[in-house]
Amino acid sequence: MLEGLQKFGHWGLESLESMGRSALFLLQTLQGAVQAPYKIRPVLRQIQVIGSGSFLVIFFTGAFVGMVLGLQGYYTLSKYGSSSALGAAVALSLVRELGPVLTALMVIGRTGSAMCAELGIMRISEQIDALDCMAINPYRYLVAPKLLAGLFSIPLLTAIFNLVGVFGGYMVGVVLLHGNGGAYMASMRDSVTAVDLKMCFVKSICFAFLLVWICAEHGFWVNRRSWGFGAEGVSRATTSAVVVSSVSVLVADYVITSLMM
Amino acid sequence: MSQSEYCIRLIDIHKSFGSQAVLRGVDLDIERGATTVICGESGQGKSVLLKHILGLVRPDRGRVLVEGEDITRIKGAALSRLRTRFGVLFQGVALFDSMSVFDNIALPLRERSRLPEKEVEKKVAEALQMMDLEDSADKFPAQLSGGMKKRVGLARALQLEPDILLFDEPTTGLDPVKSYDVYRLFFETQKKLGYTSVIVSHDIPKIFNLADKIAILHEGQVRACLAPEELQRSRDPFVRGFIVRVMGSAHSSKNELSAELRKSYEKI
Repeated sequence: MLEGLQKFGHWGLESLESMGRSALFLLQTLQGAVQAPYKIRPVLRQIQVIGSGSFLVIFFTGAFVGMVLGLQGYYTLSKYGSSSALGAAVALSLVRELGPVLTALMVIGRTGSAMCAELGIMRISEQIDALDCMAINPYRYLVAPKLLAGLFSIPLLTAIFNLVGVFGGYMVGVVLLHGNGGAYMASMRDSVTAVDLKMCFVKSICFAFLLVWICAEHGFWVNRRSWGFGAEGVSRATTSAVVVSSVSVLVADYVITSLMM
Repeated sequence: MSQSEYCIRLIDIHKSFGSQAVLRGVDLDIERGATTVICGESGQGKSVLLKHILGLVRPDRGRVLVEGEDITRIKGAALSRLRTRFGVLFQGVALFDSMSVFDNIALPLRERSRLPEKEVEKKVAEALQMMDLEDSADKFPAQLSGGMKKRVGLARALQLEPDILLFDEPTTGLDPVKSYDVYRLFFETQKKLGYTSVIVSHDIPKIFNLADKIAILHEGQVRACLAPEELQRSRDPFVRGFIVRVMGSAHSSKNELSAELRKSYEKI
């Protein structure tokens, strides 16, 4: 009984410490992001890693998600004689939910995990300590460019995902299954409103913020958690970063949807 | 000796990790412009002590005064300002593995100085020449030998012309020739720049010929901090025991240790 209480207390204290550390990490990263002198080159390099590097995977994911939506939507709507609403169904599913969520999940898998591993290895090989000792702010030098690049790239990737998805739905619903192309476009134009686009943008910004924060923090403070040291610690931190950021994106998705609907 | 002649003062430093007490009341004064070597057996907390000086680890109790400022109590810009006075050569060197040798050495200049890129390139080229690394400028750390990595680390540590240089096991993993090269570079650069240095090392007795003071860390405390000559003359049973343990009984005799030291000095 006493041992159980002790374990619970230890877990509680550790969780509290971890939350405090994460909040301070975010605060210092934001400070680093606005601290002069501003250097654009590290941000551009991260945009290349997060944005350009993820383009192909987002393109193919968006295309196939749109195609599946087109296929499923066409047969379901045809049963009720509403196949003309296919464009609206595909576009709304993508813009409101699937576009921002799947883009964020793909970026977490591709870039978030790499971001965590990179910072984790830098931590265990004392490279971050070396920056500290050279009085180079590691938040400003290492993390802030990743955050700024994420905030710039992920909304753009989401837009690409949506665009390619709508085109994929069109290819299946109209070109392959001989649906009405004009009705597809018209229903899409009539149903997608500025509020939907705003929600999509807000979600992509929030998800970008969350994924960079969680993945970078897991790597940056890999030595402060009870994951063990060295390669094993980095590997467990990376797994945890992917799981925690993915779940956080899904939770945030529900919260934002319920606030903006 | 007045306080201003010490650039670093460690006062009653205690540090535990979990239930393991690593430092148990360390007191140590580092003289300005001198070379202090911290030695002791493995696991005695030498590297932890160095991290306290750098402000990377905060003590549970005690003060670390660097130029009169307690590094354990300052943060942000004040800590950054103090750290610009340090140069550090880590045990694992801590080179940035995704950067070339050139970029590693240029990093502190690019980030901490307002020098134009041309000037940065000139200074890095000089450093590469001094460290005999001209042909390795475009290589990455993974392509370098242990000795070359240490030289790159030393070049990087010296770029901002620090007042205080800290070395954590500078010759670990190097053969005697490469170790000698590192010591020679250290000797030459210190003569030229006049920095205060703190070296954590196991490399006894070779390291003695560079030391002005030798501090022996044992069971979480500095048990002796003496000049090499005082160390060999010491009648303290602990000091004599330490010398026997690390150098063998042959060196425990005063005369033989003196001969060994003389030989080492002559080499340099």
